[in-house]
Amino acid sequence: MGMTITEKIFARAAGLDAVEPGDLVNADIDVIMCHDVTTPPAISMLKEKGIDRVFDPDRIVVTPDHFQPAKDIKSAELHKRLDTWAKEKGIKHYYKIGRAGVCHALLPEQGHIRPGEVIVGGDSHTCTYGAFAAFSTGIGSTDLAAAIATGKLWFKVPASMKFVLKGKLPHGVYSKDVILAVIKAVGTDGALYRAMEFVGSALNNMSMEARMTITNMAIEAGAKNGVIGFDEITQAYLDAHLKDKTEYTVFESDPDADYVETVEIDCSSLEPLVALPHLPSNGDPVSDCAGAAMDQAYIGSCTNGRIEDMRIAAKIMKGRQVAIRTIIVPATPEVWKQCIDEKLADVFYEAGCVVSAPTCGACLGGFMGILAEGEKCVSTTNRNFVGRMGHPKSEVYLASPATAAASAIEGKLADPRKYL
Amino acid sequence: MTTAHVYKRDHINTDEIIPARYLNTDDANELAKHCMEDLDAAFVKKCKPGDVIVGGVDFGCGSSREHAVWALQGAKVGAVIADTFARIFYRNCINCGFYPIELENAVENINDGDEIEIDYESGVIDNKTQGKKIKFKPLPDFAIEIVKDGGLLEHIKRRPS
Repeated sequence: MGMTITEKIFARAAGLDAVEPGDLVNADIDVIMCHDVTTPPAISMLKEKGIDRVFDPDRIVVTPDHFQPAKDIKSAELHKRLDTWAKEKGIKHYYKIGRAGVCHALLPEQGHIRPGEVIVGGDSHTCTYGAFAAFSTGIGSTDLAAAIATGKLWFKVPASMKFVLKGKLPHGVYSKDVILAVIKAVGTDGALYRAMEFVGSALNNMSMEARMTITNMAIEAGAKNGVIGFDEITQAYLDAHLKDKTEYTVFESDPDADYVETVEIDCSSLEPLVALPHLPSNGDPVSDCAGAAMDQAYIGSCTNGRIEDMRIAAKIMKGRQVAIRTIIVPATPEVWKQCIDEKLADVFYEAGCVVSAPTCGACLGGFMGILAEGEKCVSTTNRNFVGRMGHPKSEVYLASPATAAASAIEGKLADPRKYL
Repeated sequence: MTTAHVYKRDHINTDEIIPARYLNTDDANELAKHCMEDLDAAFVKKCKPGDVIVGGVDFGCGSSREHAVWALQGAKVGAVIADTFARIFYRNCINCGFYPIELENAVENINDGDEIEIDYESGVIDNKTQGKKIKFKPLPDFAIEIVKDGGLLEHIKRRPS
């Protein structure tokens, strides 16, 4: 029996010839992602248990992002604990404010993600990095503590589900619409405990930025990881971004690899989708829901805060005015700088938006754009749960940057295609 | 005897268990004040030590925040019973020494306010109110040991392999 990419990575990381779904393996971790919410507790746990060590300070990447710049005294204390520890342990890749960014945009951009590797992070959207033919998954603080100290974690090898993204995306339809269609098709627990492997011709025209939007939301279908195979687009991105360690191993799924389920999505017939409150699986074609009044538009996050997203939003906003509060959050300092260099920041300013520093911010209801009771926000983020961006009686509508930008202009959910 | 607090809902997520606006602390007592706040603001007041929460499928979906488990533990919740659990939450429960009970049709088998008794090792819920015993598949022995030790790190410390 052949193996999938995910299975081959686990076999490699556990020093085995082969693994199959259900096997428990003790895998070597290649990279650990640490941020300001889940890492400080992990550090405290290790100290408390007297196992205050790190397995390899060069393979831990630290960036405050959720509440940075510190939003209040308590989050400042979290940052202080993270900062003290990172310095004390000599963490090589520690991104302090000014270079810190939304972790899942920052790590690939700064060259920390390589194919064939095992990456874990104390954040559920760590599955983003699977776009690079890597295995990556989110873990809690206790697992994070164990990984930091030992460089190993046990895993149950997940069964793989294949998602065939057929056809080619129509004009005005983006990878965000694809992943919302996938989650709509299988539900928020449709891939529970499984690996979601994405294949198909629609990926051929997607940049790494666009692909990361897809793997980023694998967790919204309950998956352990999302993964996309390696091709020339992956290679070109890595050539431009990898720095100190440039070698990597490319694994491909065997033709006779086993998939528990195959789901086909005809991308050619997709239209822009909006996930209505309060589940990411509530995707509704924009033609059905257009016209619903919004109070805020939010363009950013680890799902859609990359430069390509900024360009799409700016293209639609150029020469127009937004009708509602519109918050633009470039996900990393580099994206922020590119927004200035490419004069996207001018477009946003002239359209009446505010552009914030890189932060996870309001995506998770932290700060920088919290919703009041009864308010509605069209957002390029990944979750529209009750109270996600503010008051428990506020509402979040998930959409692509194009749909969010078009909706910002009209002040209500709007089809972006007329602006493109 | 413990009381069951039943929420006839699927996909009860970590934002409802502990909203992110409170994640600026990792103090369990502080988190406990806001446990389940966005689902049921009255929960903390009515929960007695050892009480259990009952939900539908995919309990604990969403964020990897272990704060969700700490909030439940801080509020002295004894266990969560649900049809199925989201993956990261399930693992976090065991790692924190908190017992997740998988039970098919959980919200049909237990009504809000039922008094129950749980035998965690043999896998039996004795529903005293309804006068019926319901079986569930107990955690495997290694996970029960982790839970008994109070979590994974304490387990590692006590039992160096």
